[in-house]
This record gives sequence, structure tokens and C-alpha cells, in this order.
Amino acid sequence: MTLPPLPDDAIVLRAEVADWRDAVRAAGHALARSGATMPGYADRMIDVLEEFGAYIVIAPGLALAHARPGPDVRRSGLSVVTLAEPVAFGHPHNDPVRVVLGLAVSSAEEHVASVADLANVFNERDATDRIADAATPAEVRRVLRVAGEGRPATDAAGAPS
Amino acid sequence: MRIVAVCGVGVGTSAILKGNAERALDRLGLTADVTASDLAGVREAAADAQVVLTSTELADRVREALGRTWAEIIEVENYFDVEEIGRKLDASLG
Repeated sequence: MTLPPLPDDAIVLRAEVADWRDAVRAAGHALARSGATMPGYADRMIDVLEEFGAYIVIAPGLALAHARPGPDVRRSGLSVVTLAEPVAFGHPHNDPVRVVLGLAVSSAEEHVASVADLANVFNERDATDRIADAATPAEVRRVLRVAGEGRPATDAAGAPS
Repeated sequence: MRIVAVCGVGVGTSAILKGNAERALDRLGLTADVTASDLAGVREAAADAQVVLTSTELADRVREALGRTWAEIIEVENYFDVEEIGRKLDASLG
């Protein structure tokens, strides 16, 4: 298992977004909130789309937002945003998007392995739908086959914050 | 045989494409060295490649970056559709 953990902080279910920028920004916020990145990483993910187009919509309904490794990446992280209403990213085949994955990695080598794990998950055709329809963070983690906590448990009691 | 999978920044979608291209080759009973590259490095990465895999979205940028090339550029719509990738690789290599 090389995928980064996916704590509740990194998951937003049924987000209300106006457009693709909002959707990517939400995935960036979730990465920052979980401690994986600085807030500025969200803008770099948006830059990738503006520079290269909507190719990050890698399958029907699924966008993989990401940017290069950089100083704004504290550690590898994954975030998941499901959208209350699907939005268009401008992809000719795979629009509209229902699920945005945010990915941050600290090195390219590590990244290739992480992403290969994601490929295993999404090779199951209904994985995107199951995430889009998830009612709890635990359901999302189940589909992605990731753990919730990766950090040493300073707040292991799970007290509500 | 060499295959290069290309995406914009070379660390995300190209890795998925590489993984699923390897799966597709496996099913076809073919072996090839598949590497991932970003757009900026594709010319070098594809210098001795037979096939360059990328998304329809990026195909024009890839053609532009490659210039004159022997490699065939294959456009993939759904990166998770191993059948699609296999069909297109088979048509190109078979």
C-alpha cells in the first residue's frame, strides 16, 4: 500500500461548487486542511489545468487534480471531493465530473507508485460512482482501500475537533 | 520495444497510463519497456520509442513537442479502460 492515508479532514462529501476551479480549489483546501500541503498548492493544481487543459479528467466523471512536487508539499497526501452537482471541466468524453481526487507528492518516484495504486482501484468500473454516492468518509476509504490516519496519533482518542 | 506515456506534468496521469498500458500489453502477450514522461521531456524520452501514449486532450501538444518522429502517437480517452488501450496498442503494434 503506497497510497497516502485519507483522514476525514481530506474528504468533502457533496460539495456545492460553481465550476471546475471551485472543485479543484476544494480538493486543494482539503489537502491543506489535512496538513499535506500549503494552501498555495490549490492554485498550482488550477495552473496545470489552465496550461494543459482538462486531460486530468482521466475517466468518466473522475478528475485527478495534481501538480508537480514543490516546496508547498509538506508530505504526500490525497484528498477526495464529491460534488453535489456534477460540473464540466471541458473534457470531450469524460465530463461531467462527479469526483475530484487531489494528489500531492513530495517526489516524482514516489508519485508513480502511488498513482499505480489508484489505477488498481479505478480499473473497477463502478469505483467512481461508489465514491460519488458515498455518504460517509469511511465508505470513500473503503472504495479507495486506504487508511484514515497516517500520522502518529497525537489525537488518537478521536475527540471531535 | 519502447513505449512512452505522456502527461502534462509527468507525475500523475502518465503514471496511470503507464500502469494500464503494462496491463494491456500483458493481456496481449506483448512485452515492452513503458516509461512515464512529462510534455517538456517527451522529445528526449521518445527518441527511440515506437509508441507514445497520451490523452486526446494533449495529443496536439505532444505532436508539437515531438516534431518529426518515427513514433506513433496513440490517443487514449479513458485511462482506466484497459481494453481500449489494448485495442489501440494491438492495432499499432500487431
